[in-house]
Amino acid sequence: MITQEQSIIPIDVGKLIGGVEQCRNEGYRLVQIGCTKVGDNAFEINYSFDKDYILKNLRITVTAETEVPSITGMYWGAFVYENEMHDLFGIQVKGINIDFKGTFIRTSVKYPFGVTVVKGEKP
Amino acid sequence: MTKQIIVPFGPQHPVLPEPIHLDLVLEDERVVDAIPSIGYIHRGFEKLVEKREFTEYVYVAERTCGICSFIHGMTYCVGVEQIMNIEVPERADYLRTIWSEYSRLHSHLLWLGLFADSFGFENLFMNAWRIRERILDVFEQTTGGRVIQGTCKIGGVRRDIANEKLGEMAQDLDRTRKEIDDLTKIFLNDNTVRHRTRNVGVLSRDDAYHLGAVGPTARGSGVAIDLRKTGYAAYGKLNVPVVTDSCGDCYSRCLVRCRELFSSIDLIQQAIEKIPEGPIDVKVTGAPNGEFFCRAEQPRGELVHYIKGDGSKHLVRSRIRTPTLSNIPSLVKMLQGCELADVPVIVLSIDPCISCTER
Repeated sequence: MITQEQSIIPIDVGKLIGGVEQCRNEGYRLVQIGCTKVGDNAFEINYSFDKDYILKNLRITVTAETEVPSITGMYWGAFVYENEMHDLFGIQVKGINIDFKGTFIRTSVKYPFGVTVVKGEKP
Repeated sequence: MTKQIIVPFGPQHPVLPEPIHLDLVLEDERVVDAIPSIGYIHRGFEKLVEKREFTEYVYVAERTCGICSFIHGMTYCVGVEQIMNIEVPERADYLRTIWSEYSRLHSHLLWLGLFADSFGFENLFMNAWRIRERILDVFEQTTGGRVIQGTCKIGGVRRDIANEKLGEMAQDLDRTRKEIDDLTKIFLNDNTVRHRTRNVGVLSRDDAYHLGAVGPTARGSGVAIDLRKTGYAAYGKLNVPVVTDSCGDCYSRCLVRCRELFSSIDLIQQAIEKIPEGPIDVKVTGAPNGEFFCRAEQPRGELVHYIKGDGSKHLVRSRIRTPTLSNIPSLVKMLQGCELADVPVIVLSIDPCISCTER
């Protein structure tokens, strides 16, 4: 077994910017932003930060219609994850510093990861 | 005011084995900004987790990359094992470590060759790849595969390496060390190499940290992040040095990779010396119910496999964050202010793996 310490802190969308700002002020680096479809119109978004090999995840749960504020004002490099999240899941992110407007990842199906999951059906 | 023009760089370019595109905003020959664009070959691997059982998905995870395939498979397995509380036999952990470090040797030698090619040093390119060929031979002898190994599985590994073979590998690494010593002396001391890499594509420590740089890109700027320090596989039982340099230019990133070749050889030899006898796998029953962010150190830096299961044989989510994706913002920063002629060298200096990025 390994010992990679990590925590998940669920927060409201409205408190996201404050939470990320606190991470930035405490010297955390941004590891990733990842989205998971957890229901018909529900998505979990994990903002992962690392400091001294301890992973801290801020988690918001949103719908496809929710406007999620961009964190690129605090972590400039977050634009890759935010554009990815939009292009694959259809998450609306507001205020990205480099907004590709849906052309960062070119897919033949619009928002391919946002469609309903049918488990086990062979591709 | 100088007129600005935009020069497209990629997706097809002699130094790019895989497609990435940059819109370079130029004032005369100087790059003032760069806008990256990926997504030409996005495969949507992560979506397959809904169609394949979690035990089968190891093969999918491995195929994320053709260079560090073993580490992808291993990181996925470690993540699932963590959720399911599976204790992997110690010998399997050591074997995973040995193959991981061979992957690093293979990847860094491949990169040194490509890097030499980017500044037109063809002979150096061929020498680096000649040594790499012997590393691939070891992969083939011990796993049966040069590119995709297929030896990692949830609960351990599929193949053992005989102790006599391990002894041979340790001896052969002494010879490889001498050859790498000769090779890296040219990379680090030759005037033409220095001329093309010193003070080119400088990334400060602060920028590297806050832009999320990982691997040799971060360590070349003095940020000492190396996930092997968290002790996954057998790394917790070995002496893992974190190689850093402080200049943050292309030369520093090359220097870090050159030194890491030697530390990988040391780690393999340490692992061969300490590897215990015993089983190489345990039986796995049930299905993962929970979530885990599993992190490992790939040759290009920190790799994250986020795994979420609901107790069924199909996972809810597998999210793979590869090091190149994390290094793209740093690349943009390095390119700002450089000369157009230096762009290929700077792009190569982050060791971009688009195959990983377009998982």
